[in-house]
Amino acid sequence: MTDIEHVDLEFKERINPRRATIKAMNSFGAKVAFSALPLAVASLFKKAYGQTLPQQIVDVLNFALTLEYLEAAFYTKALNSGGLINDSGARAAITVIKTHEDEHVAFLKNALGSKAVGKPNFDFTAGGTFSDVFSNYDMFLAVANAFEDTGVRAYKGQAGNLMANDDILRYALNIHSVEARHASHIRQMRRSRGGAAASLKPWITGANDTGVSAVDPVYAGEDNKIQAEVDVTSFNGISGKISLQAATEAFDEPLTKEAVLQIASLFITS
Amino acid sequence: MMDQLKNKNQLYSTTGLSETALKRRSFLKYAGASMALTAVVAVGCNDDDDFPGMDEGVYLGKGDVAILNYAYALEQLEAAFYTQVAASPYSGISDLEKILLTDIRDHEIAHREFFKAALQSSAITSLEVDFSSINFNSRESVLATAKAFEDLGVSAYNGAGQLIEKPENLLLAGKIVSVEARHAGLIRDLIQGGSFAGNDVVDSNGLDKSMSPTQVLTIAAPYIKTKLNARDLPTY
Repeated sequence: MTDIEHVDLEFKERINPRRATIKAMNSFGAKVAFSALPLAVASLFKKAYGQTLPQQIVDVLNFALTLEYLEAAFYTKALNSGGLINDSGARAAITVIKTHEDEHVAFLKNALGSKAVGKPNFDFTAGGTFSDVFSNYDMFLAVANAFEDTGVRAYKGQAGNLMANDDILRYALNIHSVEARHASHIRQMRRSRGGAAASLKPWITGANDTGVSAVDPVYAGEDNKIQAEVDVTSFNGISGKISLQAATEAFDEPLTKEAVLQIASLFITS
Repeated sequence: MMDQLKNKNQLYSTTGLSETALKRRSFLKYAGASMALTAVVAVGCNDDDDFPGMDEGVYLGKGDVAILNYAYALEQLEAAFYTQVAASPYSGISDLEKILLTDIRDHEIAHREFFKAALQSSAITSLEVDFSSINFNSRESVLATAKAFEDLGVSAYNGAGQLIEKPENLLLAGKIVSVEARHAGLIRDLIQGGSFAGNDVVDSNGLDKSMSPTQVLTIAAPYIKTKLNARDLPTY
């Protein structure tokens, strides 16, 4: 029995009632390496749910796909901008991140099938606000920082809208934490550059801690210290209460779809 | 035979998998579980219902309460670990490492205290941990353990999401898991620069791992002395 079968007992029925397909699926599964399996799952997934995904889930996945298109195009352009990312370690890290974003695009397109939205056209200078984003390495990292933190907040805000489908919820959560790993690394890259980002941490401290006021909306509400009506700074820490800084760092906050689209629209021309 | 099985039962209930827990669910449900659980599944097949001690251990509860207590248990483990790391830093620790590991300690304490407060009277007791396998004086040992805990935490929250019933609890788990992933990214980079999202944790679809509560508790078991009773903990 494969994992997906016991997660969704109806899966077999949906995928194809004919046993031959199930048999083919199992033998196929046995041949591919574990790391390749999720792609196989994704294509089965499309077959299984394709046209029958509830509109609410299609909307969330297309929203996520739009953000992934944006991130993938951003890193692709950055890596192709001569002289922008020169350090070999930095190139390797940005390539890892770019590859993940490409994979997210492919995965979501696959899950959505014919319902997938097309790739928009982008202006990563946001109408000139970040005019040197592909020639100034620090500016590039600052925008990357904002994109990754936006991605984390965007997926978080949509989890509740995916509860009707265990598989899709789990996949979305599995993308969400990868975006957070990216954000952690980009923030470390920025810190190592010193200057305005010299005290930046892998986690978000207070509201906008990036030193770039143009991205304030990305961090709106991140300074929240109340969780489930409990004030986190009322808890005992090691020496005294949990600090306000730690209270805001310990919980990442969601962004609504509207807030995310507003941020994304600054970079989307058509 | 009874004694033998009783011993087995005690052994496995330290992993949080009481005999009853397994019996109450269909054996087939577990057939897809990892190899590590094979022995547990075998015990679960036994149909003798009358073991003394089958309800032993700290009861996590059922439904969302059980999931939150499960998260509380993991946060207790992490908080205890980083408390010790910060109190007795490994030799050669840098100033920046000290700052960041102390930050993580405070985040984990905030998580722990949050779950305790949110669960109110349903919260489990404080767990006794077993860190005897960790050399707190060694950077390598401490960071390897931190990496294991952070990656485990990420996959635990990722895997638990679909078992949560209330949207507000799912959101809380989401608020915490990304912070654990930020920790994981940092710790991995401290061990090896650029390994923040290595292909040992992120697959070829760019997806992080997720694990069921059963898998996670089995992995965490060596570090938790207190016996957990996970018989009504949702899992898959």
